[in-house]
Amino acid sequence: MTTPIIELDGVSKRFVRKLDLAEKLVNLVGGHNTEEVVHAVDGVDLAIQPGEVVGLVGESGCGKSTVGRIVAGILEPSDGTLRYRGRDLASLQGKDARDAQLQVQMIFQDPMSSLNPRMRVAQIVGEAPLVHGLVSRREIGRYVDEMLERVGLDPAFKSRYPHQFSGGQRQRIGIARALAVRPSFLVCDESVAALDVSIQAQVLNLFMDLRTELGLTYLFVSHDLGVIEHLADRVVVMYLGRVVETASTEALFAGAAHPYTQVLLAEVPRIDARRRQFHVIKGEIPSPLDPPPGCHFHPRCPFAFARCSVEQPLLQEVAPGQWAACHLHDEGRQP
Amino acid sequence: MTAVLEVRGLKTHFFTRAGVIKAVDGVDFSLERGEILGLVGESGSGKTVTGFSLLGLVDPPGRIVEGSIRLAGTELVGLAEEAMRRQRGRKIAMIFQDPMMTLNPVLRVDTQMIEAITTHVDISKAAAREKARAALAMVGIPSPDERLKSYPHQFSGGMRQRVAIAIALLNEPDVIIADEPTTALDVTIQAQILAEVQKLAAATGTAFVWITHDLAVVAGLADRLLVMYAGRIVESGPVDEVLASPAHPYTHGLIGSVPSQTRRGQKLRQIPGMTPSLLSLPQGCAFKTRCPRADAACDVMPGLEPVAPGREVRCWHPHPTTPLAAAS
Repeated sequence: MTTPIIELDGVSKRFVRKLDLAEKLVNLVGGHNTEEVVHAVDGVDLAIQPGEVVGLVGESGCGKSTVGRIVAGILEPSDGTLRYRGRDLASLQGKDARDAQLQVQMIFQDPMSSLNPRMRVAQIVGEAPLVHGLVSRREIGRYVDEMLERVGLDPAFKSRYPHQFSGGQRQRIGIARALAVRPSFLVCDESVAALDVSIQAQVLNLFMDLRTELGLTYLFVSHDLGVIEHLADRVVVMYLGRVVETASTEALFAGAAHPYTQVLLAEVPRIDARRRQFHVIKGEIPSPLDPPPGCHFHPRCPFAFARCSVEQPLLQEVAPGQWAACHLHDEGRQP
Repeated sequence: MTAVLEVRGLKTHFFTRAGVIKAVDGVDFSLERGEILGLVGESGSGKTVTGFSLLGLVDPPGRIVEGSIRLAGTELVGLAEEAMRRQRGRKIAMIFQDPMMTLNPVLRVDTQMIEAITTHVDISKAAAREKARAALAMVGIPSPDERLKSYPHQFSGGMRQRVAIAIALLNEPDVIIADEPTTALDVTIQAQILAEVQKLAAATGTAFVWITHDLAVVAGLADRLLVMYAGRIVESGPVDEVLASPAHPYTHGLIGSVPSQTRRGQKLRQIPGMTPSLLSLPQGCAFKTRCPRADAACDVMPGLEPVAPGREVRCWHPHPTTPLAAAS
């Protein structure tokens, strides 16, 4: 087994809302205000091999974007370690740390809010490689042209501002900016969710071309199972901060091993499923401020039994390469 | 079957400083009782403006310049504002993408719902309250009696959208226009709402115009499909037939762009280019600059012509259509 390019080991992220002065004063005279803690990510293990495309799916509030941001180095984990090519990122210093950071780049959902509206495209794409000394000032013009061509933009547009482009083109600018520092790993957080279907197809095709041309590794965060099924080699499913299932894309779509994944797959509207009866899963996603005990999914699970509300199920291999966190597999039952 | 809604030659234009934007430029369709019509298109295709036109909600600089909208025998185009208000909410209602566009954040749900009823019907407050409770129960909101007393912010996103649907249903309208109502919701919540809508259309006979960019949603929900491009309908027909054998090259491209339709890892059949600006549409067919089948004939705008029973397409070179029995 090769060294994973990115490895998360027991990574957790907690967001804490600190008490304000008034609440602290109330506590002094006998109040009971407590800090609110959201366990956005709760003990996630994830290893991504070089060249792999991993899809991270889940519904709002499941922590998938937080995982993406931790991998991209935007957020620091509260617990656990993040390793890049086997080296703990927290232990790296100076140039090593910077190099490792550059290797992982992120592409955001909304290109308008992630591109500086006052900078021209040439500057947006060219700034980082210049600052990091990847390209000399003399060659930067040609380098930017090359980057823009690579993502399918006409270099003649490079002195325009972001607002002069359409949504799909802006997303391409964001991709060019990420590629400009020659990364080996891209984190795409809902990168095609805001685009029209026909433009989405163009950008997805671009991602696939870049993968073969540049040998990129992807972590693709999305709520859209259709996109993930099309793009990913392996899928990781999250629910309320925990990984509930991980498997190869074929295995997962052929037969999910966790009841939540099954529900998710069953409820995705598909173009080839006509006028079907929508089956309804009961309840809503609980608040991450106050997740249910035991298995987070048990209040909505059709198979839940006594143990589910007490004990948290751990990920276990239920078939070669397919891992699920569900007590049913201990009992020898199939969900 | 008689149509509950008849739209003929609807044109809604926006008169801006940069020029006249023909957001809706000659749209015809009809809707029968209990029917769910999917209106599909990308940003700027005119699908939302069509929906707003039906309710008379187009604000200046836009206005309906031509056409007729007949709702259960009443002509809505040119109706005085006061008369339109009596139609809106009672005969025709709308569900928005963001339920907070419907809901007033500072009023309790019961206040808003009772007002929506008593504005149109002369009944007692207690009777209106009972109707509101029944509507909340109908859209699957648990413990409706308590929820009536809640404020909109106390509901989750999915529940809020249910409240908006319940308000639309209050006066048992003939037609509900739904503009991307599930786009902002999670998959499991979306499925819950779609299930409710299916049941309601069957149970109450309310017809729906379901506006969306997501072909997969209407594939599972609608009876009939309209595909819009640059302000015009380019294809219409029963959902199964349009999706199984699309006739217009744009519909063809749109279906090819949906990831689940293509084998994993293979490239998607993308449509080149992007939607043209409505201010500078090409002469003739608006799709010709992106169309693989375009030729000299496309310099003249094609009409919406029947290609099969119940199916129409606006194209000089449509893909051949196969009847459903032969296709499957």
